[in-house]
Amino acid sequence: MTVGIVIVSHSPDVAKGAADMVRQMVGNEVPLGFCGGNPDGGLGTSVEKILAAIDAAWSEDGIAILVDLGGAETNSEMAIEMLPGEKQKKIVICNAPVVEGAVMAATEAWGGGSLADVKRTAEELSPQ
Amino acid sequence: MALPLEPLLDTISARIIAAADELTALDSAIGDADHGLNMKRGFEAVQAEKANILAKPTGEALKTVGMTLVMKVGGASGPLYGTLFMTLGKELPENPTLADIGRALQASVSALKARGKAELGNKTMLDVLGPVASHLESGSASFDSVRALASESAKATVPLKAIRGRASFLGERSIGHMDPGARSSEIMITAVCDVLEGRS
Repeated sequence: MTVGIVIVSHSPDVAKGAADMVRQMVGNEVPLGFCGGNPDGGLGTSVEKILAAIDAAWSEDGIAILVDLGGAETNSEMAIEMLPGEKQKKIVICNAPVVEGAVMAATEAWGGGSLADVKRTAEELSPQ
Repeated sequence: MALPLEPLLDTISARIIAAADELTALDSAIGDADHGLNMKRGFEAVQAEKANILAKPTGEALKTVGMTLVMKVGGASGPLYGTLFMTLGKELPENPTLADIGRALQASVSALKARGKAELGNKTMLDVLGPVASHLESGSASFDSVRALASESAKATVPLKAIRGRASFLGERSIGHMDPGARSSEIMITAVCDVLEGRS
């Protein structure tokens, strides 16, 4: 088991494309979930879709979520709060660019990194 | 007073849905042009859920309104307005006075600051909800004074520079436009005043 990765973008195409890049790097060995788009399928994010993506990528080692812009982060935080407490503790949102962050995070997870390692690796991409 | 939940939800929904184009136009100036559409989607979902919502006690009903907005809006305004309604549902006593409503709204303002990582003066919905909550809490508020304050407060976001939300990407260029969230908050507060006063 490794840490799971969740990609949340406003755009379904960006989410899918970032997920493809992650798969190219780590194959199917890292649990991966992704979602994009509002409840009607337009640009935006959806708590329901984020919950489904977390479920799809669920790992007892934890979940690192990569988000693009404001609403993706706010909706991801909301989704996390709707889960049971013991699950909440195993989920982090990374302050990192969504595409590069997802690939770096997944690579760290594939290498056996802990949730904290995965988050740190992704966040090395963000200016301090 | 007992809160007339059905007229409140109907009037808020109708006014937000009617203002969708205006809100989207405000958001297209300094954001991603989805606020009106997102809020419309959210309140159409509230209307679709209305029978279920009204079957519950007021506190639970408001929490369900909030959860419906969280699930259906599709932008940051979903969790933000969702948090507003859920906190009101938790904090409002039965038969609240205006000051009670102010205290519950103030609790919502605190919850929104945490949810949006924002403060007053950042050019957000808080710049309307914060002053209105404080005014209501003071105990000297009338429906007229609340409506006037909400309107002035929304206008007062025009010269502010956005610190939070998509508009903050524009930096100085966000100055000169009304914040869409401040305007939608003003519309809701005005709707609530009108219903409670019996004007709507």
